[in-house]
Amino acid sequence: MTDFAIDTPRSQSRTLRIGLRWLLYVILGLFALYYLLPLFVMITTSLKSLEEIRTGDLMALPREVTFDAWRTAWSKACTGIQCNGVKPYFWNSVLIAVPAVLISTLLGAMNGYVVAHWKFKGANIFFALMLFGCFIPFQVVLLPMARVLGFMGIAGTIPGLIFVHVIYGLGFTTLFFRNYYVTIPAELSKAAKVDGAGFFRIFWSIFLPLSLPIIVVSVIWQFTQIWNDFLFGVSFSQSGTQPITVALNNIVNSTTGVKEYNVDMAAAIIAALPTLLVYVVAGKYFIRGLTAGSVKG
Amino acid sequence: MAPILDIKNLYKNYGSVEILKDINVSIEQGDFLVLVGPSGCGKSTLLNCIAGLEPISGGELHIAGRNMTDVSPKDRDIAMVFQSYALYPTMTVAKNITFGMKVRGVDAATQQEKLQKVARQLQIEPLLNRRPGQLSGGQRQRVAMGRALVRDPKLFLFDEPLSNLDAKLRVEMRTEIKELHQRLGASMVYVTHDQIEAMTLATKIVVMKGGVIQQIGTPAEIYNRPANLFVADFMGNPAMNLIPAKVKSDSEASRIEIARRDGAPIVLTDRQNRNLPEDVIIGVRPEDIAEPGHRNGSVTQEAECMVDIVEPAGADTYVVMQMGGKHVTARLHAETSAEPGKAQRLAFDLGKVSYFAPETGQRLN
Repeated sequence: MTDFAIDTPRSQSRTLRIGLRWLLYVILGLFALYYLLPLFVMITTSLKSLEEIRTGDLMALPREVTFDAWRTAWSKACTGIQCNGVKPYFWNSVLIAVPAVLISTLLGAMNGYVVAHWKFKGANIFFALMLFGCFIPFQVVLLPMARVLGFMGIAGTIPGLIFVHVIYGLGFTTLFFRNYYVTIPAELSKAAKVDGAGFFRIFWSIFLPLSLPIIVVSVIWQFTQIWNDFLFGVSFSQSGTQPITVALNNIVNSTTGVKEYNVDMAAAIIAALPTLLVYVVAGKYFIRGLTAGSVKG
Repeated sequence: MAPILDIKNLYKNYGSVEILKDINVSIEQGDFLVLVGPSGCGKSTLLNCIAGLEPISGGELHIAGRNMTDVSPKDRDIAMVFQSYALYPTMTVAKNITFGMKVRGVDAATQQEKLQKVARQLQIEPLLNRRPGQLSGGQRQRVAMGRALVRDPKLFLFDEPLSNLDAKLRVEMRTEIKELHQRLGASMVYVTHDQIEAMTLATKIVVMKGGVIQQIGTPAEIYNRPANLFVADFMGNPAMNLIPAKVKSDSEASRIEIARRDGAPIVLTDRQNRNLPEDVIIGVRPEDIAEPGHRNGSVTQEAECMVDIVEPAGADTYVVMQMGGKHVTARLHAETSAEPGKAQRLAFDLGKVSYFAPETGQRLN
C-alpha cells in the first residue's frame, strides 16, 4: 500500500502517517459498509414480520426476530399456481449444477491435457475455436440449442440443462486446464511414456494429481456460472425442472396482492447461499489457481 | 553379434526444416556412446528419436537386432534419464521408481525386491518415502537414475543428466555414472554439450553440428585427429590452437611458416607431411607446445616466441602468444620461467599437429 508520508520530514512524519493511515481505513470502511448494505437489508428484512416491514424503517434491525419468512420461502411460497416454496427448485439446481460442474471440469481437463501435451495437427486451431466459444453470448445460441435439445429428445429435462451447461462451460474449463498444463514440463509425459504409460494412464496418474489448484478454479467458476444462470434455466426448462433462479423470479413476480418482501428476501438469500459457501470454502485456492495457470500461456 | 544400437540413414524433419541429416551410428553391447555438440545441433532430437519419443522421417533404427523404427517407446526396452529428471512430483521416490513396473503389471513382490536392490545400489534407501520436492538436486539425479536402472534395459539413454547440478556435484556424478557403466557393462547413449563429459565418459563419441555428424571415433581419435576445424575447436579445453600458415613443400619436407607480429616468421620443418597445399591452418594442442626437454614429443621443433600473457592455473601454467594473427596458448609446467613481454624458447610437437584446409575446414593429414 502506498505510504503517503514517505517524503515528509521526520518530525512530522509519524503523526501525519498515522493520520493518513486512519483516513485510509475510514474510507475503506465506508466502502465496505456501502457494499454490505444490500446484504444487511436483505437479512434484516427476511427476519422481520410483514407487519414490521410495513410500519418500520427499512434500515432498522428487526424488533422481533422471526424465521417464518424463511420457512415460507423454503417450502410454502407460491411460484405461480404451485405453492411448494423454493425447495424442489433448489434440488433441481443441485441436480443440474453438480453433474454439469463435474463433467465439464473432467472434460476440460482432458481437453487441456490433449491440447497442451498431445499436440496433433490443427491442435492450435482447435484450441482457438474452443477459446472462441467463451466469447459467444448466451442469447445467440438459444434457438439453435433449443433445436438440438429437441432433436436429442432432452428438451425441458434436467439432463438437457446439464448438457447445455457442459457444452457452454467447456471453452472455459479447457482454457483453464490448458494454461495450467503447458507449465508442466513435456519431459514428465515423455518419462511416463518410456515407463510404458499410455494416454489415460499418464492423465490419471500424473496430470490429475497435480491439478488440484486448477480443479478448484474450474469448479468455482463453473458452479457459480451454472448455479446463477437464469437465461438457459428459463429457456430450456418446463414446470418441474426449473432451477432456483427461475423459481425465485416466479416467486417475486407472480405474487398477487400484498408483496411479501421478507419471503422474497429469504428466498433470494437461499438462492445465493451455495455460491457464497463455495467461495468461502475454496476462495483462497481460486486466486492462487488462477495466477498459477496464467504465468505462462 | 548384432550391434546393440544401429542407426541407418536416419533423417528427421520438422515440416520443411531438416533437423537430422543422414545419421549413421552403430554401437556394440557395453559401449558408452556420447552425442556431443553445441546447442541446437540435433543431439537431443536424435536421442528422442532413439527413444521413440519423436517419429523419424527416414531411415531405420535397430535396437539389439530388432527393427524399432516404428515401435512405441515402451516396447523398445530402453530407459531414459532426463535433464530435468522428470520425476513424478506427486509420487514418493519409491513410487517413482516402481511406476514403470506397476504399469507393466509386474507383481508387487518383484517390484519391492528390485526397488530395494536399486535403492541399495544408489544409496537412496532413506529417501524412499520422500517426494521429489523434498530432495536436493543430487538426490533427484540419483532417483532418476534409479528409475532407469530398475528397468534393466537393453539400452540406457541420458539427456544431459548433469547439466542442472553445480560444478562439484557434476564431477562426482560423472565419476559415478562411469563407475556404474563399468560395473553393469550396460550400453548407454549419452547427450551432452560438455566436451569434458564426452571425453571422460565415452568409449565412442559422435560430434554433431547442424544436424550432421562431424566425426565418430574414440575419445583419443577425436582429440588427436579431429576430422575438421569444427571438431578441433569444439573438443578440448583450452581449445586447440588453429593458426593460419604458409607451406613450402619439396620432396624432403614441408616448411611451415607462421607469421608473427614482430620479427621473422617461425619456420617449422615437418618431414612427415609432404603433400600440403600452400595455405593451411595448423592445429596444435596447447600441451603440444612446451619448454624444450619437458615433454618427450616424438618430433619436436624449437622456436623462440614472445610471451604476452602468463596464466598460472595450479597444475599448469598457460602462456598466451601471438602467432599468425591469432592468440596461441601453450600449456607449460607450473614452475615455468616464462614471463610476459619476454622471449621464451618453446618446442612444437610436430608428431601431433593437425593440418586443415582453410576453405573446407577438412583435415589434410
